[in-house]
Amino acid sequence: MKNKTNFPSQEEEARPSRCPDNSAFKQQRLPAWKPQLNIVTVLSSFFLTGAFCLTVGVCLILSANSVREIQIDYSDKCSDCSKFRENSSNWNKECHCSVNFTLKEDILGDVFMYYGLQNFYQNHRRYMISRSDAQLLGRNVNIQRSYCAPFTTYKNGTPIAPCGAIANSMFNDTIDLFYNRNSSVVQVPLLKTGNSWWTDKNVKFRNPESYNLSSAFAGTARPPYWQKPVYLLDEGDERNTGYVNDDFIIWMRVSAFATFRNLYRRVRRIRHFADGLPAGNYTFRISYNFPVSKFKGRKHVILSTVVWSGGSNPFLGIAYVVSGTAATLAGFVITAIHLKLRKKKTYFQRQ
Amino acid sequence: MAFSVDSAWYRWQRLGAPSQAPSEPTPLLLPGRDNPKLSLNKWRIIFPSTGRQWKDWKQASTFYSGNGVQTTKYTWFTFVPQNLFEQFHRLGNLYFFFLVVLSWFPQVEIFHRGVTLLPLVVVLLPSMIKDAVEDYRKHQYDKTINSSKTRVYDKEERAYVERCWKDVRVGDFVQLQCNETIPADILLLHSSDQSGICHLETANLDGETNLKQRRVVRGLPGQNALFEPEFFQSTITCEMPNNNLNKFQGYMEQPNDERVGFNIESLLLRGCTIRNTEVAVGIVIYAGHETKAMLNNNGPRYKRSRIERRMNVDIFLCVGLLFVMCLIGAVGHGIWTGTFSEHPPYDVPDEYGNFLSPALAGFYTFLTMIILLQTLIPISLYVSIELVKLGQVFLIHNDIDLYDEAADLPIQCRALNIAEDLGQIQYIFSDKTGTLTENKMVFRRCTVDGIEFSHQENAKRLETHKELDLDDEDFPKLQHFTLPPPTLGRAAGAQQSPPGALRRCQSARARVQGHARSRSLGRRDSSQSQVAFSSTIEKDVTPDSRLLRRVREAALQTESLSPFIPTRTSTAFADFFLALAICNTVLVSTATEPRQRVTIPPPIKPPGITLEKIHQIFQRLKLASLSQSFSSSQSSSELGASFGARGPEEPLPALGSGDSSDRGDRGDSSDRRDSGDSTDMGPASLEEMLQSVSSSSLPPALCYEAESPDEAALVHAAQAYSFSLVSRTPERVTVRLPQGTLLTFDILHTLGFDSVRKRMSVVVRHPLTKEIVVYTKGADSVIMDLLEDSAGAEKRMKRIKEKTQKHLDLYARDGLRTLCIAKKVLNEDDFQKWANFRREAEAAIENREELLMETAQHLETKLTLLGATGIEDRLQDGVPDTIVALREAGIQIWVLTGDKQETAVNIAYSCKLLDQRDTVFTINTENKETCESLLDLTLEEVRKSYEWDKPRRKIFGIIPTAPEAPEAPSTEFGLVIDGKTLSLIFQGGLQEKFVSLARRCRSVLCCRSTPLQKGMVVRLLRGQLRVMTLAIGDGANDVSMIQAADVGIGISGQEGMQAVMASDFAIARFKHLKKLLLVHGHWCYSRLAKMVIYFFYKNVSYVNLLFWYQFFCGFSGSTMIDYWQMIFFNLFFTSVPPILFGVLDKDVSAETLLGLPELYRNGQNSEIYNLSTFIITMLDAFYQSLICFFVPYLVYKDSDIDVFSFGNPINTISLLTILLHQALEMKTWTLSQLVAMMCSLGFYLVFSLIYNAVCLLCNPPTNPYWILERQLSEPTFYLLCLLTPPAALLPRFFISALRGTFGSSLILKAQQIDKLPKGQRDLEIQKLRSRKATSGASPAPNDDLDQSISHLCVSPFLHPAAAAVSQGHTEGQGLSSSAVNPLRRGTPEEGYCFYNRWAEEESAATDSSAGPFAPSRGTAPGQGSGQVPKDRDSRSNSGSHRRSVSPVTL
Repeated sequence: MKNKTNFPSQEEEARPSRCPDNSAFKQQRLPAWKPQLNIVTVLSSFFLTGAFCLTVGVCLILSANSVREIQIDYSDKCSDCSKFRENSSNWNKECHCSVNFTLKEDILGDVFMYYGLQNFYQNHRRYMISRSDAQLLGRNVNIQRSYCAPFTTYKNGTPIAPCGAIANSMFNDTIDLFYNRNSSVVQVPLLKTGNSWWTDKNVKFRNPESYNLSSAFAGTARPPYWQKPVYLLDEGDERNTGYVNDDFIIWMRVSAFATFRNLYRRVRRIRHFADGLPAGNYTFRISYNFPVSKFKGRKHVILSTVVWSGGSNPFLGIAYVVSGTAATLAGFVITAIHLKLRKKKTYFQRQ
Repeated sequence: MAFSVDSAWYRWQRLGAPSQAPSEPTPLLLPGRDNPKLSLNKWRIIFPSTGRQWKDWKQASTFYSGNGVQTTKYTWFTFVPQNLFEQFHRLGNLYFFFLVVLSWFPQVEIFHRGVTLLPLVVVLLPSMIKDAVEDYRKHQYDKTINSSKTRVYDKEERAYVERCWKDVRVGDFVQLQCNETIPADILLLHSSDQSGICHLETANLDGETNLKQRRVVRGLPGQNALFEPEFFQSTITCEMPNNNLNKFQGYMEQPNDERVGFNIESLLLRGCTIRNTEVAVGIVIYAGHETKAMLNNNGPRYKRSRIERRMNVDIFLCVGLLFVMCLIGAVGHGIWTGTFSEHPPYDVPDEYGNFLSPALAGFYTFLTMIILLQTLIPISLYVSIELVKLGQVFLIHNDIDLYDEAADLPIQCRALNIAEDLGQIQYIFSDKTGTLTENKMVFRRCTVDGIEFSHQENAKRLETHKELDLDDEDFPKLQHFTLPPPTLGRAAGAQQSPPGALRRCQSARARVQGHARSRSLGRRDSSQSQVAFSSTIEKDVTPDSRLLRRVREAALQTESLSPFIPTRTSTAFADFFLALAICNTVLVSTATEPRQRVTIPPPIKPPGITLEKIHQIFQRLKLASLSQSFSSSQSSSELGASFGARGPEEPLPALGSGDSSDRGDRGDSSDRRDSGDSTDMGPASLEEMLQSVSSSSLPPALCYEAESPDEAALVHAAQAYSFSLVSRTPERVTVRLPQGTLLTFDILHTLGFDSVRKRMSVVVRHPLTKEIVVYTKGADSVIMDLLEDSAGAEKRMKRIKEKTQKHLDLYARDGLRTLCIAKKVLNEDDFQKWANFRREAEAAIENREELLMETAQHLETKLTLLGATGIEDRLQDGVPDTIVALREAGIQIWVLTGDKQETAVNIAYSCKLLDQRDTVFTINTENKETCESLLDLTLEEVRKSYEWDKPRRKIFGIIPTAPEAPEAPSTEFGLVIDGKTLSLIFQGGLQEKFVSLARRCRSVLCCRSTPLQKGMVVRLLRGQLRVMTLAIGDGANDVSMIQAADVGIGISGQEGMQAVMASDFAIARFKHLKKLLLVHGHWCYSRLAKMVIYFFYKNVSYVNLLFWYQFFCGFSGSTMIDYWQMIFFNLFFTSVPPILFGVLDKDVSAETLLGLPELYRNGQNSEIYNLSTFIITMLDAFYQSLICFFVPYLVYKDSDIDVFSFGNPINTISLLTILLHQALEMKTWTLSQLVAMMCSLGFYLVFSLIYNAVCLLCNPPTNPYWILERQLSEPTFYLLCLLTPPAALLPRFFISALRGTFGSSLILKAQQIDKLPKGQRDLEIQKLRSRKATSGASPAPNDDLDQSISHLCVSPFLHPAAAAVSQGHTEGQGLSSSAVNPLRRGTPEEGYCFYNRWAEEESAATDSSAGPFAPSRGTAPGQGSGQVPKDRDSRSNSGSHRRSVSPVTL
């Protein structure tokens, strides 16, 4: 009996209270930092930002100004070739043209040669996806299941290597640079390799394994627009032909905009060109293969140096300067309002 | 949600079932035996599974569902398809599905198919798993339920055999033991209880733990014999299964064609538990899913919050935006494609070498763009909102300030998805009783026979209680000390109880302890058990000495059966207290075993308690013959049978004899009482409590369980005057008189209380005089009309009536609840006649309700007034404070109560709902036209004053912190309206006028309103003003308004659980509303609103990046960002910080929010999330996306950048911008938020680095290999990341800096205050508030303007001082103050009833309606003063047009 009557009291004590924990989290009393915008923090942040941006901006503009760049549009200068190419029956005939230009002063340092295309929408969705990375990795894959269509196989079933629209439309002009030095023409030595990303060249693009390249690509056919099969892209250099050809790799890296440039060659800094390109007359000799007139495109060849902040585009510097100015101005505006309101506030309080 | 679907499903199934039934040939219905109008689809016919009708039963039972239940939605095979099907009912999921389907078309395929599938999977899978687990649990539960055992009568074995629940069929006989759960809806045919009673506990059904009585079908022959199912031959006809828990009717057709009716009183509901009844036998009526419990099984309610509604609109705006964007893309692409005369090499033909026509290409682009820009529709928002709301509700639930220690109840959040609505409430509709007040009824005063007894001592006692309650904080300490003694006390108590006979009942112990402990624990206990159970404060009533003396005298006369006819007065006193003790439905139980109803006088106690012993011996001697039958009645059946024969003469011989011997006993008992009193009067010390413990265990402490607390209060009051209710059965009730005599009345009838009649009656046979007496107790307004015609009655009665009325009005003015007690003596013939009517009515099948009502009304006429009581219902603590704060927060508070007007008005004053300076309009009328013109006039009046102060407000409106809404209610009007007028308004289409008047009033009181009206008022306001409403209440009568309101709050208090069950949030005290709304409401709103808007911003700004790119890729649908990174951006990189923000951010601290309730207006006016903020945010998002896209674009323009190398910095920049934007929005930085921020960024970098390093081929045709790594090695990337986010956020930062520094919004001010140290903060808040008060007062002055109306309708409660002040300040407004003053001085009281009086005149002559108004508006003072006597005349002429107003007219 005694036990029984004691039981409920134990029960009562054992019964957990439904009282919530008095913990900082549950009571929403976690220690917290409450940033508050007041005149001091606001003004200092504006002025500091402004000062920083202006400094960086000026540096950037200065450095961008030190970039030397020459850009030559050769789609007009080679209009004959352009017309020649419009006739598709001439697809396998060669057409050459040359473009002269003069360097007023030396271009010092590493000089990069780019080809530029205008109005070529490499970023078109259906174009962009028309490739097979697996194939480019050298794997023996069934490219039927890739996105290469309709540049997957020929009608007879021969697979295209490399497949897809990107590869098919590869830029295939060859541009050589000649230095007219004292009426003797010296070909500027240009580096074909080392222009692409190291990872692309060594990881992302691989030739199929075989004892030689032609056998590796046996049973495949070149893309329809190409003049030669992929393993003959660079006949001189075993390590720069097939899928791992630098020009090919660079082309396969699809450009972000319709107007773009791709690195084509680097000036090899030997002999006359050890310091870069000396001033003087130069000639581009171009084997004109890539038709651009049908999409109202243009082709350029560009010689440029680079600096730490990128190329010749001064925009980043300008943007910094503009932002810096805006921030500083905002700081001044706030100061002005502050001064004005302080008077008014006393007015309010008096009232 | 799942639940509701279930029930809907079964309802549907059920719908299907009856449609088959009529088409069946029904051989089971023999045409001769059945009423032709009865058809199976209207009535259910049940044949017993035994006896001759076994065959019929066999056939019939095939129609009715078995008792097995299946609440699961799915089976193993149907789970996946069915679940998917259901999930696709959600629009968002369908949208995803659409996208997935789209992406299967190669023409528009943009992402890898898996990528599009991912969001769908992420959304579907968790809910699928949740559903599966839930369903499995249900399945398990069903299994245990279905296989639990019960005892069913078996025909072959002729005995009850154990069967599973699922095997029980309609028509089976089921035997139930005590504490057993009822397996189906069962018609009670037999109970072991002598009187055929069976007790139910319905806790499983509605959470109420008090016992409910069920009785065996009346008129069933052989009720007390052992019930043999074998011989039960009747056919039962009853209504089709429905979900009404309170209504059920049918009849039983016996073999001899006699019909016996029954109703809900005899139905045992599935899921309830049998209590206090040994054995009950019944026949199954409804089984399985057709039971009322199952049909009532609606799942949790789903409400949509205001923010969500707003959000859905904005989502449609986003859909529009998406459409426009896609259209731009489609058209752009079409045109772009069309510009080429020849297909360029980058225009790739399809598989077969065909080129698309520009139009088709455009169309495909359109679809592609939908996929591309899909995240513009922030589906992730839905998931995030669910999570955030869960978090918010979790925090609300865990708030220790919303925890009621006394009841051990934290706030219950029953609706998970409307927490933010708490921050937008504009109107609060509150119940009065139990919500504003404690609903702890304390007997305060009474008037008997026209004499008022003020009970001064009692009032004093209550005062001390009030003080004691303030020391409540101490009681947990005391609790520890007091615990051991009660244990001992209980041990003694347990010994006292007769062994064996009593069953242990579940909550008995807890209650004993609670009562033994202390008075403050009494409250705790009562609310814990959710029963209207009295605490000590209600139990102890200190009798008024004057009254006590009189009562004793009267009782003496009554008891001694003195030969001379007792004087009228003395019987009145005795009758009054008899009525208090008898006229109720209170259940009596002893303190030791509260659940065991006392049906017999307490048996002999063991030695040790001498007083008791002596008492018992006397009793025993006295009731020698009676006690025999009584005490043995429980076990012995044959004696019980004789007992059931109901001999009215039986108790008589014993009574009245032991008069002299009772003296000593009486003295003892009063001594005992005195000692009890003294303990109560003393301070709440430990000693005192111990003492009260020991003393309370001495008497046969009777506990009263009443349905409503006022009943208990009255019984306790009667007990205080030694008229204690000792036992009650449906047949008889025993009362102990002051002398100790036990008087047993036969109850001939009980007419229960209902809200229409507003009264209850018992018909008893007086054991001494053998008179048949009707005791009626009810609302004064009703009872007063039912008294004997004053013409016929003697003059004295008339006087008593008048006096009583006066007292009643006095009580009402003091805020007491009044009840009138009346009686009526019937002669035998009349009663027999009436009883026959009644029986017929009870047996009636159709419109029984009306018949019952009619008979009840027939009986309750020509009553004799005995007296009236005033019961105090104390205000809950913190109510005035809460109301003031809520009002400051801009919330309008209405009180909707069923109580009488005066009481309500008084409570309103005492809880500061109405101010003494307020002008109170009272509209009581019974005529529609009157009502209309009244409304018009009042409205006009209010408008006038409203316009008057409007220009002034503008002058002072320079203070930009208080942008008063144009429709802000003027602060100086109160409106009181009663239920009748309300119904006129609703019937007469005057809603608009009413609303436009009410919205301008500071507070509105609706008195005498029915539950339905409460709901209608809420709905009206919601519909007409489109405001956010909150309804708070504690009782079943508040359910309709709780359900009608946007937010329903239930107070888990004394009146059962219905309100809580219907509510969205359940709190324990009214004062919790303050923090709930002002703090949690504000937080939840601002958090969620900010989060929602942030999500819109986030999606738009991110998706726009992709859109801008379309202008540079010929609208072909390309992306510069890798798909996986894009999808992950929303799913992972930027999802956690906003969710944490939505749960944790505090813009202002809780203390400041409570200190400055005005801050609440922020949410009320939807200042954070409305169309303009949405648009501004959208514009900001556009701007930011422009910056984030075009800065990198211009930087990388004409370079050799490739697509994904271009996209990578954009993605990074945009992530930084979005996170920094969040940082700008965040007002509090806790560690978790900081960590989440950092983790988001870190996760992005780590994921991208790994993904870019590893993923060589995993996502053809795109290939992000080594891009981020390459980018990280270039300074341009860092320069961009440094520049762009600040540039993008510059405008926002600038503006928020401006606002933060110079802005004067209250929120900002509060944030500044928050940063101050504590003491200084309080000081600042005070300063702000006082400034508010002065600036607020000036536009709404309490001087001239206020007074200009006050002469019109001055509240009768106007404080004299206030009145005096007000008169002094009156300034001319077309009328000089001196001219008005004389008039006004005379009319403070008249003003109150002005409208009433006017209304009366109105009904006579509508034309003159403007008459009374014009003079009082202030023309000539002479005219006005002349008006007064005329008013008086008209008033007296029309009699008491409204009784409730009459106090003022006197």
